[in-house]
Amino acid sequence: MDVTHPDAEFRAFLVAGRFMIQRSKSSGVHVFYPRAVAPGTGARDLEWVEASGRGVVYSTTVVRKKPPEPSYNVALIDLAEGPRMMSRVEGVEPAAVAIGMAVQARIVDRDGEPVVVFDTVEPAA
Amino acid sequence: MSNFPRGRTAIVGAATFGQGKAPGYEASDLAAIASAMALEDAGLSLADVDGLFFCHPTDTMGGLSFAQYLGIRPKVTDNNRTGGSAFQTYVEHAAYLLDAGAIDCALIAYGSNQATATGKLVSTVQPMRYEAPYRPLNPVSSYALAAARYMHQYGATREQLGAVALAARKWAMLNPEAFKRDALTMDDYLASRMVSDPLSVLDCCLVTDGAAAVVMTRADRARDLKRAPTKVLGAAAESHHREIGWLDDLTVTAAARSGARAYQRAGLTPADIDVVQVYDAFTINTILFLEDLGFCPKGEGARFVEDGRIAPGGALPVNTNGGGLSCCHPGMYGLFPIVEAVRQLRGEAGDRQVADASFAIAHGNGGVLSSQATVILGAAAT
Repeated sequence: MDVTHPDAEFRAFLVAGRFMIQRSKSSGVHVFYPRAVAPGTGARDLEWVEASGRGVVYSTTVVRKKPPEPSYNVALIDLAEGPRMMSRVEGVEPAAVAIGMAVQARIVDRDGEPVVVFDTVEPAA
Repeated sequence: MSNFPRGRTAIVGAATFGQGKAPGYEASDLAAIASAMALEDAGLSLADVDGLFFCHPTDTMGGLSFAQYLGIRPKVTDNNRTGGSAFQTYVEHAAYLLDAGAIDCALIAYGSNQATATGKLVSTVQPMRYEAPYRPLNPVSSYALAAARYMHQYGATREQLGAVALAARKWAMLNPEAFKRDALTMDDYLASRMVSDPLSVLDCCLVTDGAAAVVMTRADRARDLKRAPTKVLGAAAESHHREIGWLDDLTVTAAARSGARAYQRAGLTPADIDVVQVYDAFTINTILFLEDLGFCPKGEGARFVEDGRIAPGGALPVNTNGGGLSCCHPGMYGLFPIVEAVRQLRGEAGDRQVADASFAIAHGNGGVLSSQATVILGAAAT
């Protein structure tokens, strides 16, 4: 699937329940965030590919709020395909999110906007 | 091989004004007062200025607004907005332009009234589409992500970050212009409120007003002016990313490359540097920049800053004005390290004077470790 309008298409995929990233046909390199031109090479051959959703926490912080507003996690996730993205690891205490944790993407609705967050993955037995 | 005009241009005037709280002034008033003071310091006047290097906290066409305010018509108006590193880049560009004869006198200026105007960091920055949904508390959270990664990779501790904050405060206590001059202990530091883990309030720079300005000319003209010239020996910049997620390795900044080029242009090495000024928006910055600028190996910065090594009386004087952490931080701080380096090299730094300072480095940081720019200065006798 060729890319013509990166942001709008990315969002439309999310609305349809699909987390898509881009790949440059010439270099094979995956790209996030969505762009019209491949970074570094300038190639105009980006195509949409399904992200596996698998990732690893590269770094993590807790944004501290004054109670009763809950503090929350903000993390950088290295996707299995290579690109890194900012996101949030949910379903665990924000301070329990640790660098190196395996995580899996999930699309959630935030104030009417589809957003990619991550859940921790139980280590394989 | 670089054709940087090593030592062929000089900073001939320098000033600060209103560091801390400066009620009743607009940002441009503060910058204009600092500019007039720097020109007076140089023995020059506004009529001499034909190159203006300026960015305003919120007016993105501030270069034009400020020329109008000053009543000058510059041949070169550089309104570069690479964040707090813009001022080091201004020095680099001014050196080339002066040496080429395109301009004869450069005024580099900045002022902000953010503390008295709003009480918080003033910025024109728009949230990035692919960060905004996660609500990072920027810029703190971006630097927190770098600090967390650094601590994970190198086993650094909160106490080591605290050593940076304590050293900055000890220098500030020697600087009558510094905003925070009350004593700070490690217990105070460790008890301070967490903002974005692992960074607490005392890991973050101040929110103050303040203005600074420097004047540059070619070295031949500088010899005839009022003050001993401070030679511009090397300057270089590199930008790497905008948002923190696109810094390849969160423990290595582009300062490693801007610094290496600046040293090469100056013909100096880290061992030659007598006094260090780095943009300490957060405690982690000082550690990363000491490593990236070659004062210690990567991963050893946190140990390097322990035991008062960068504090008054330590082996390496760092941020001798008190830095962004304890002296002032009016939104963009990059020009203040340059002014402090000039004062140290002129020998006019009072109680905080570093003995026999011949060479200084003044390093600027913009965005979220995004844009790095390094200036190396030499005393008149060098």
